[in-house]
Amino acid sequence: MNWIDIGGIDEIPLRGARKIKTALGCVALFRTGEAEVFATTDSCPHKGGPLSEGIVHGQSVTCPLHNWVFDLNTGQAQGEEGAISTYPARVEAGRILIDATKLASRSAA
Amino acid sequence: MKQRLVIIGAGMASGRVIEHLVETDPDAFDITLFNAEARGNYNRIMLSPVLSGEKTYEEIVTHDSDWYAAQGVTCRFGESVSGIDPTMKVVSGQSGHLPYDKLIIATGSAPFIIPVPGKDLPGVVTYRDLDDTNAMISAAGKGGKAVVIGGGLLGLEAAAGLAERGMEVTVVHLMGHLMERQLDEAAGYLLRKDLEGRGISIRTQASTKAIIGAGRAEAVLLEDGETLPADLVVMAVGIRPETRLATDAGLTVARGIEVNAQMQTSDPDIFAVGECVEFDGQLFGLVAPLYDQAKVLARSLLEGVDAFIAKDTATKLKVTGCDLFSAGDFAEGEGREDIVLRDPARGIYKRLVIEGDRLIGAVMYGDTADGNWFFQLIKDGTDIDEMRETLIFGPAFQGGDTADPLSAVAALPREAEICGCNGICKGTITDAIAGGATDLAAIKAATKASASCGTCTGLVEQVLQVTLGDDFVMPTAQPICPCCDLTHEDIRLLIKSQELKSKEAVWQELGWKTRNGCHICRPAVNFYLLADWPLEYQDDPQSRFVNERKHANIQKDGTFSVVPRMWGGITNPAELRAIADAADKYDVPTVKVTGGQRIDLLGVKGEDLPYIWADLNKAGLVSGHAYSKGLRTVKTCVGTDHCRFGTQDSTGLGIKLEQALWGSWTPHKVKLGVSGCPRNCAEATCKDVGIICVDSGYQVSVAGAAGMDVKETERLCDVGTEQEAIDVTIAFVQLYREHAKYLDRAYKWVAKVGLDWVQARIADPEERARLIAAFELSQSIYRKDPWAEHAKTAERYQPLANLTLEAAE
Ligand SMILES: Cc1cc2nc3c(=O)[nH]c(=O)nc-3n(C[C@H](O)[C@H](O)[C@H](O)COP(=O)(O)OP(=O)(O)OC[C@H]3O[C@@H](n4cnc5c(N)ncnc54)[C@H](O)[C@@H]3O)c2cc1C
Ligand code: SF4
Ligand code: FES
Repeated sequence: MNWIDIGGIDEIPLRGARKIKTALGCVALFRTGEAEVFATTDSCPHKGGPLSEGIVHGQSVTCPLHNWVFDLNTGQAQGEEGAISTYPARVEAGRILIDATKLASRSAA
Repeated sequence: MKQRLVIIGAGMASGRVIEHLVETDPDAFDITLFNAEARGNYNRIMLSPVLSGEKTYEEIVTHDSDWYAAQGVTCRFGESVSGIDPTMKVVSGQSGHLPYDKLIIATGSAPFIIPVPGKDLPGVVTYRDLDDTNAMISAAGKGGKAVVIGGGLLGLEAAAGLAERGMEVTVVHLMGHLMERQLDEAAGYLLRKDLEGRGISIRTQASTKAIIGAGRAEAVLLEDGETLPADLVVMAVGIRPETRLATDAGLTVARGIEVNAQMQTSDPDIFAVGECVEFDGQLFGLVAPLYDQAKVLARSLLEGVDAFIAKDTATKLKVTGCDLFSAGDFAEGEGREDIVLRDPARGIYKRLVIEGDRLIGAVMYGDTADGNWFFQLIKDGTDIDEMRETLIFGPAFQGGDTADPLSAVAALPREAEICGCNGICKGTITDAIAGGATDLAAIKAATKASASCGTCTGLVEQVLQVTLGDDFVMPTAQPICPCCDLTHEDIRLLIKSQELKSKEAVWQELGWKTRNGCHICRPAVNFYLLADWPLEYQDDPQSRFVNERKHANIQKDGTFSVVPRMWGGITNPAELRAIADAADKYDVPTVKVTGGQRIDLLGVKGEDLPYIWADLNKAGLVSGHAYSKGLRTVKTCVGTDHCRFGTQDSTGLGIKLEQALWGSWTPHKVKLGVSGCPRNCAEATCKDVGIICVDSGYQVSVAGAAGMDVKETERLCDVGTEQEAIDVTIAFVQLYREHAKYLDRAYKWVAKVGLDWVQARIADPEERARLIAAFELSQSIYRKDPWAEHAKTAERYQPLANLTLEAAE
C-alpha cells in the first residue's frame, strides 16, 4: 500500500462528495459521518452518471442521473445488475489518505 | 523503617490509593496528604446533586478526619504544594519542606477557561470543587439569570442544578448538538428537548466573544452580536490536566504527566494517578479508569506486579429525569453497521454500532435500563451474531417485534391540531369516535375534519386506527419512502403541528428507520422544513438534488447548462454581448433559446461554473433558477407597448411578478405566463399560473400543464387591478408551498384539494394577507442570487486533488 494525502476532511462537505483527477479518469470521494470517507470510481455503470454529484445517505450514494443506489462499502448497486469499483481510503488526523497503488492498478481490475 | 509517602492532592483517585494501601499493608508507609482544598476527600461526582439540592455536602464526604486519624495519615489540608525537588526528594508546601521516599502526584485537573475579555470578572465561576458549587448555590439564592458556557456533561449538570434552584438558565454551546463527544445528533436532539422542557434555553453553534459588565459579570456577548444578560456565568468548557508541579520538576509531561503501566513517571520514585496523567496517549476524565489506576498504583508501591489497562468507559448524565447513556465508539465507519430504534411516543432512541460480530458502541436516550448490559458486551467483545436481530431490544427480549408506526399519532396530545383547514384537534376527533363514529365519513360529518382540503385524511384515519384498534381497517396510503411509514401529507402536517424545526426532530419524532433518510425523503423533508420555518431552519444543500446543489442543470454527459434570468423575457444588447462573451470564453458548445424565453448555455464543465457565473454576474445577470424546484420563468407577450391588440402592459406585469417571486423554493418547478389579450401569445393557459389581461382587468387562472400531462388552466378569479393580480398570484404560490406534496406540480395538488377550496382560501382577505406575509418573510431569507454566493467558493467546484502524475508512474 502507498497511502497518499489528498486533502483535509473539511474540504468535503458532510454527506457530500468531491472528485479527484487521475490519469485513468475521475475518482469520487464521499464523506458520510464526521470522519468516514469512501472512494469509488466517479462513473455510474448505468449511463456514466457522475456519482460525486449524487446524494449521500447512510453508507450509500444515489446516482444523480437515474437514481441507482450504490453501497459505498461494496460498490454493489441496490436491486440492479451492476457495481462500481471501490478503493481504499481512510482518514487520519483530519487528513484523507488514499491508496495510490490500488488506484494506479485499477485499469486491470 | 517505614517509608515516607507523600501524596499531593486529596481527590477521588488518591483517596482510593490510600484505601488500598492501608487495607493491604497498614504499616508499609508513613503517609502525608496535601490538599489545596481545605478539606479531605469527597465524592466529586456528587457535586451536581449538591448543586441541585438533592444532597448535602456531608452526605458526599468519603473520608472524614476520624478516618484519616485512624489510618495515621498526616493531613495538610488547605495547603497547596508549590514545588517538587526530585534530586533532594523533597516537596515544598506553604509551611515548609517535607522529604519523601515515594511521591504520588494526584492533582486532578483544572477547569479550562476560555481567554475572552471579562473572564476574570466577579460573577464568573468554573465548576470543579465544593467552593465553586457553594458559589453557585449562593448566587442562585438571589435568583436572576445564569449563562452556562459549555454544553458538555459538566455544563449541563450545572445548568440543570441552577434551573432547579430557580434561575433562568441559558446554555451556550459551540458545537451543533449537546454533548457531542458522548452523543450522536439524534440523542443530542432528545436531550435538548428534555432540557428545554425544564425551561433551560439552549444555544448551539454559538461562540462566546466576551463577558461584559461594569465591575462584575452582567452579560455574555456572543460572536454573532447577541447579548445574553447574566447575573452568573458558569464556564464549563473542559478540563486540562493539572501538570504544573510535574513540569517544573522536570518530569516528562505531554498533555498529562506521562506514566507507564505501573503509574510510574519518568522519575522512578514519583508516581502519578488520576486526571493529571497521560497513559499511552490517553487522558482520563471519568472515575472508572482512575479507580483501576489507583489499584494498580497501590500494588506497584507494595511491590506487587500489576499493570494498568485503559478500558472503554460509559457516560451517564446525572440530571434527574434525563436518561442517557453512551459507551464505546459510535461514529460511522467503514464496515460498521447501525441498528436504530426510535420510539417517538416515549421519547426513546437507541443506537447500536456493530462491527463484524461485535458490538462496539451504544447510544441510548430515554430508556437506558439495558445500558450496562450493552456496555458489558462491548467490554467483553462478545460475539453477538446469534442475537443480532433482537439485540436492540435488550437482554430480556428474545422474539422480535418492530416499533409501532402509529406511535407518533398515538403520542399527540388532545390539543394537537389534525385538520388545519377547520381547526379540528385530536381530542374533538377522539370524542366523535367515543360518540360512535367509526369511519372517515362519520368523522367528517361529525367534526368537519378532513372535509376541506383533505390533506389530513391520512392522519384522521390514523387517529381512528389508534383509537379503535382492530375495529378499523386502514386504507393503504403510500408512505413517503422506505425510511418512514407516514405519507408526505402526514409528515407535512406533523411538522407543523408538532413544530418540528430540524431534520433531526423529524427523524426522531416521526419514527424514521434510517439514520439520515435517503435521496427520496431528504429533499422532501428539507423543503417542508424550509417552507414552514424559514427563520429557524437552515437549508441543507446535501439534501438537494445535484441541480439545486450546483445551481445548474446536469446534462446526460455530466456537463451543466447555465441559464441567466431575463426578467419577463426582456434583454438588451449589453446582456446579449455578455452572454456571447461567456459562451466564447468557456467553449460553450450549444446556445439555445428556451421555451420560457431565456437563453441556455449548454455543455459547461462543472469546474467552470463559478467562473462563468461570476462573468455573467458582472454584466448584471443573475441565476435563472432553470434547475430549481422554484420559480423558473414568467413568459410574456409584448402587450400594449407594441401590439395593436394589447389591453394591458403584460410584459411589465410579467417582470413585476418575476421580481416578486424569484428565488422562492416550491414543491416543484413553477412557471407563469402573462398574455396581453385573449389571443394568448404567451400561452398563459397551460402554466402553473396564467394571467390574461382583458379590458376590465386580469383573469387569473391556475393549475395548467404542458408536460407529461397537457392541461388547460382553471380560472381562479378575475381582478380589477395589477396589484391584485400580483397579490392573488403570490397567495396561490404560498398556499401551494404550504400544502402540496414535494414533487407534485400545482395542477396535481389542485386536483387533490379541489379548486373550490383553493378559491375560498384566496378569496378570504385575512387568509390572503397571511399568505402574502408568510411568502414575503420566506423571501427575506431565500431570495438571493446563488451564483453570486457560490462564485465566492469556487474551490469547492474543483477536483479535490489532481493525481494524474502519481497514477501514471
Ligand atoms: C461536578 C462534577 C461532576 C462529575 N461527574 C462525574 C460523573 O458523573 N462520572 C464520572 O466518572 N466522573 C465525573 N466527574 C469527574 C471526576 O470527578 C474526576 O474524574 C475525578 O474526581 C478525578 O479524580 P482525581 O483524583 O484525579 O482529581 P480530583 O478529584 O480533582 O482531585 C485533585 C485534588 O488535588 C488538589 N490539588 C491540585 N493541585 C494541588 C497542589 N499543587 N497541591 C495540593 N493539592 C492540589 C485539588 O484541589 C483537588 O482537590 C465529575 C467532575 C465534576 C467536577
Ligand atoms: S396576447 Fe394579445 S396583446 Fe399579447 S402579443 Fe398576443 S395579441 Fe398582442
Ligand atoms: S447513469 Fe447512474 S443511474 Fe443512470
